[in-house]
Amino acid sequence: MDKISVDVAIVGGGIMGCSAALALRKAGLTVALFDKGLCGAQASGVNAGGVRQQGRHVTEMPMTRRAAKIWPRLHEILGEDIEFRQVGHMRLARSEADVEMLEKHAAMAREHDLHLQLLSGKVVQEMFPWVGRKIAGASLAVEDGHANPRLVAPAFARAARAHGADIREFTPVESAQWTGQHFEIEAPDLQVKARHLVNAAGAWAGKFLSLFGESAPLTLRTPNLFVTEPVSYFMTKSIAVCGGAVYFRQVERGNVVLGGGPGWGDLTIERARNRADTTLGQFQRAAELVPELEGLQIIRSWSGLEGDLPDKLPIVGMSRTTPNLIHAFGFCGHGFQLGPAMGEIICELVCEGRSQTPIDAFCISRFDTQAVEQKRTAGATH
Amino acid sequence: MFPDEPQFHRIVPRSGVRFAITVDGRQVEVQAGDLLISAILLHQSALRRFEFGDGYRAGFCLMAACQDCWIKLGDGRRVRACDTVARPGMSVTTGVVAVNGSANA
Amino acid sequence: MKETIVIVGAGPAGVRAAETLVEAGLALIVLDESARAGGQIYRQPPHGAERPAEKLYGSEAGKARAIHTALEQIRPRVDYRPGTLVWNCFQGKLNTLHDNAQGILPFDRLIIATGAFDRVIPFPGWTLPGVFTLGGAQIALKSQGIAIGKRTVLVGAGPLLPLVASQYLEAGAEIAAVLDVTPFKAKIAALQRMMAMPAMVRRGLSYLSKIRRAGVPMMYGVRSLAVAGDRRVEGLAWTDHRGRRHQVACDAVGASFGLKPEMQLADLAGCDFRFDELTRQWLPVVGAGGRSSVPGVYFAGDCSAIGGADVAELTGIRAALSVLEDRGTPKPQQLRQLETELARHARFRAGIEAAYPFPNHLIDGIDDSLMVCRCEGVSAGDLRANFVKSGAPEVNRLKSFTRVGMGRCQGRVCGAVAAEILAAKSGLPLPEVGRLRGQHPIKPIPLVAGKQS
Ligand SMILES: Cc1cc2nc3c(=O)[nH]c(=O)nc-3n(C[C@H](O)[C@H](O)[C@H](O)COP(=O)(O)OP(=O)(O)OC[C@H]3O[C@@H](n4cnc5c(N)ncnc54)[C@H](O)[C@@H]3O)c2cc1C
Ligand SMILES: Cc1cc2nc3c(=O)[nH]c(=O)nc-3n(C[C@H](O)[C@H](O)[C@H](O)COP(=O)(O)OP(=O)(O)OC[C@H]3O[C@@H](n4cnc5c(N)ncnc54)[C@H](O)[C@@H]3O)c2cc1C
Ligand code: FES
Repeated sequence: MDKISVDVAIVGGGIMGCSAALALRKAGLTVALFDKGLCGAQASGVNAGGVRQQGRHVTEMPMTRRAAKIWPRLHEILGEDIEFRQVGHMRLARSEADVEMLEKHAAMAREHDLHLQLLSGKVVQEMFPWVGRKIAGASLAVEDGHANPRLVAPAFARAARAHGADIREFTPVESAQWTGQHFEIEAPDLQVKARHLVNAAGAWAGKFLSLFGESAPLTLRTPNLFVTEPVSYFMTKSIAVCGGAVYFRQVERGNVVLGGGPGWGDLTIERARNRADTTLGQFQRAAELVPELEGLQIIRSWSGLEGDLPDKLPIVGMSRTTPNLIHAFGFCGHGFQLGPAMGEIICELVCEGRSQTPIDAFCISRFDTQAVEQKRTAGATH
Repeated sequence: MFPDEPQFHRIVPRSGVRFAITVDGRQVEVQAGDLLISAILLHQSALRRFEFGDGYRAGFCLMAACQDCWIKLGDGRRVRACDTVARPGMSVTTGVVAVNGSANA
Repeated sequence: MKETIVIVGAGPAGVRAAETLVEAGLALIVLDESARAGGQIYRQPPHGAERPAEKLYGSEAGKARAIHTALEQIRPRVDYRPGTLVWNCFQGKLNTLHDNAQGILPFDRLIIATGAFDRVIPFPGWTLPGVFTLGGAQIALKSQGIAIGKRTVLVGAGPLLPLVASQYLEAGAEIAAVLDVTPFKAKIAALQRMMAMPAMVRRGLSYLSKIRRAGVPMMYGVRSLAVAGDRRVEGLAWTDHRGRRHQVACDAVGASFGLKPEMQLADLAGCDFRFDELTRQWLPVVGAGGRSSVPGVYFAGDCSAIGGADVAELTGIRAALSVLEDRGTPKPQQLRQLETELARHARFRAGIEAAYPFPNHLIDGIDDSLMVCRCEGVSAGDLRANFVKSGAPEVNRLKSFTRVGMGRCQGRVCGAVAAEILAAKSGLPLPEVGRLRGQHPIKPIPLVAGKQS
């Protein structure tokens, strides 16, 4: 039995946990991170790689802006190329109503210093002739782009380790409890004493709610992804469509990665699979927008296990039941871009109990009716 | 000179209809029952360029398993040359360029 | 009880399975990617390129004709769909592609009879135009009457090597050398076991004497293969068992090192796999009567373990009998006799495996500069360097970092070798580094608008 004692224990070696480990080490704290498998092998390693600010909910804007400032220098921070390319992200509008939505969104984004370019259908056609279908307009985020998800979280883990974090893979955390002074955490052949505990367990985070008497309506989300054979590079922007349904981008090697719609997954056997029917439908919809996709061969497909919440916003912040417990999970299919900022935010929560980035909207109490009830009663008696 | 030296050689001649297909703009004679990989490699030594580096590819397994033999047809379809039968009037782009300069990509 | 029974593959295994079920009065669907039935060994040339069976299949002409006729005879009573690729299996449904039209086929019982594919080990120059698999060399001849080169060297580690060599010579092709990468003494040691099937041994010997009579150099225990040539094959060099270096001029090489079951469908169907120490590969777990670990899914032929054409026929019948048994028919009489025959074949097979032991030396000799994944262009050095950097102890992880096995073939060609390289570099036992997880599509599928069947 191995016994260790650290300032901060992190459950989960996805991009959230790994970037937190690095930030916490840089802040001078001792850190141990546990993943039941390999770091970055779950959602963080299999996502679509979209590094996108546009299209986010207003409450996520401060967080996404913070992350956007890190991405361009992430390769320096991590000391390796993570294939981040700021190619620009374009949302297409197919109707006037959609255009109006884009305009509203751009106005909101502007308040957060994100300047989206609104393009008319005609301009889109001129600038990007490969967009074949007549569209009503588009919104272009030039700062957005994509990175290689398979590389990012493992690179964070390596950097954290190089900074002295104790990164332990194949170490499933089985139990954790708060003694009043510290957490006692158990994994096979391992006992950990930690002053702080970070719940970054992704789709599995529910376990670390129930252990501490909390709850949230966390469900499973399995985005459907697939990729075509490589063809000469022509699609110079990442594409999404108002109303969702499909998004896609081409990597420099020539493959087109497409996604949208549900795949299939089972948390207990840790298996996610692409759904063929979803894939065929998505491909069809994408080819209606970009005719050059027609006839391309699909060569691979996959899905991943991601935590989902009813309002499509994550839970980030301090626990309501347990001191020194920090939650960061439930990113509802769009946490990859937030990852680099989330590490810093978690670090601030550990060090100061609050973050300089507004995160109140992501508080777990928004779901916990019981806790809300209790708070109200408590408020009344005082 | 490459790519005009054939890779394949017909050693069992057969009778049967002959017709032409177009390979990189050149008319090439084939026989009914020829697969595209045969039709092409009876006249040149490769099917396509390798996408991620130097060199050319000419198929490998001939049984639709290795996926090395993808080529583009004139009608935009992309097919495996090793399990697609040549039909009259077909046209194929291989993108294989002759070293003697007569590029036909 | 009306059930949908589907057989995937119309080689000897699939055809015999279909015949057995039809004889029992059942309706069924046979899907085969090839335009014509027969599978690998009894492959029929495309229409227009036909030749007499004796020319195509030599001593096996009778068996080939029997398989082709068997399918023709049951054709009015089966729903046989040639040219139909099965590219996914999920929750009791198959995804199919026929003539660019997508289809979905729910099934109650599935017999997987997808056959095998050449086992590939890279060697310097293996991606040059003019290098084909041994099976590919055979298909060129069988299906097209074509030789892969003017002057060909054949390399192998299994009974396909002398067979293809003699077929090429018979057809009048020039063979520069026949190189066996396994030692001669292994054959002597295995002879007794192979004598479980004396006719097979005699046939093998006749191929060897054909090669000898033609004056073609035949060598055993060959190692360190290297293709010469810049843009295409110009020669092949190797080291013989005494350590002498040889080189011959040639313009084509046919090389592969045994066979590997085509098991993606089994993987997607959720079947369990096990690591087979003898052949150093992952194989589906085959239970009694050819049953897989998934109820209602059965194996027939080479797709679950290499047994050859005769075994494929027998296991085809066996899988069909198991279907009947699982449907409530009393245990068929035939089964015991079938198992006895299969046991004799198994002894012979053990002899073959011993006569052609897996050529580890080719894997050990893979240089850093050698391209292992021919789709994505990933070298052995890339794989090894990644292990040093990332410590990835598992082959799917290695794939995720290096792109090995991410290309069009989905790792069918390179996956097993990548695992060998990872195991060697990490010092982990081969089974521990795992195998590439299956994903659909089994083969690339095109998007063609508006076509659903
Ligand atoms: C298919 C797909 C596509 C997506 N596309 C995008 C996109 O384009 N852009 C974008 O911004 N976002 C995208 N996302 C979302 C993004 O990937 C996630 O929001 C993000 O990766 C979440 O990171 P994480 O660290 O919270 O979770 P994860 O990466 O899942 O990490 C959680 C880790 O916790 C570990 N763990 C769980 N329980 C335990 C335990 N008891 N003990 C030890 N370890 C444990 C797990 O093994 C896992 O490694 C996508 C997600 C998916 C699945
Ligand atoms: C190239 C090659 C040459 C061979 N030559 C010989 C030989 O000369 N002598 C010998 O004894 N053995 C030979 N073998 C060994 C051979 O595997 C067996 O002898 C025999 O063919 C096995 O029969 P089978 O029915 O199991 O599979 P196969 O005969 O291989 O038949 C499998 C069938 O399944 C179809 N199929 C596979 N996957 C799919 C899919 N996803 N969707 C739809 N259809 C699918 C294929 O098109 C094929 O028709 C050869 C093997 C290979 C690979
Ligand atoms: S040559 Fe292998 S798939 Fe065509």
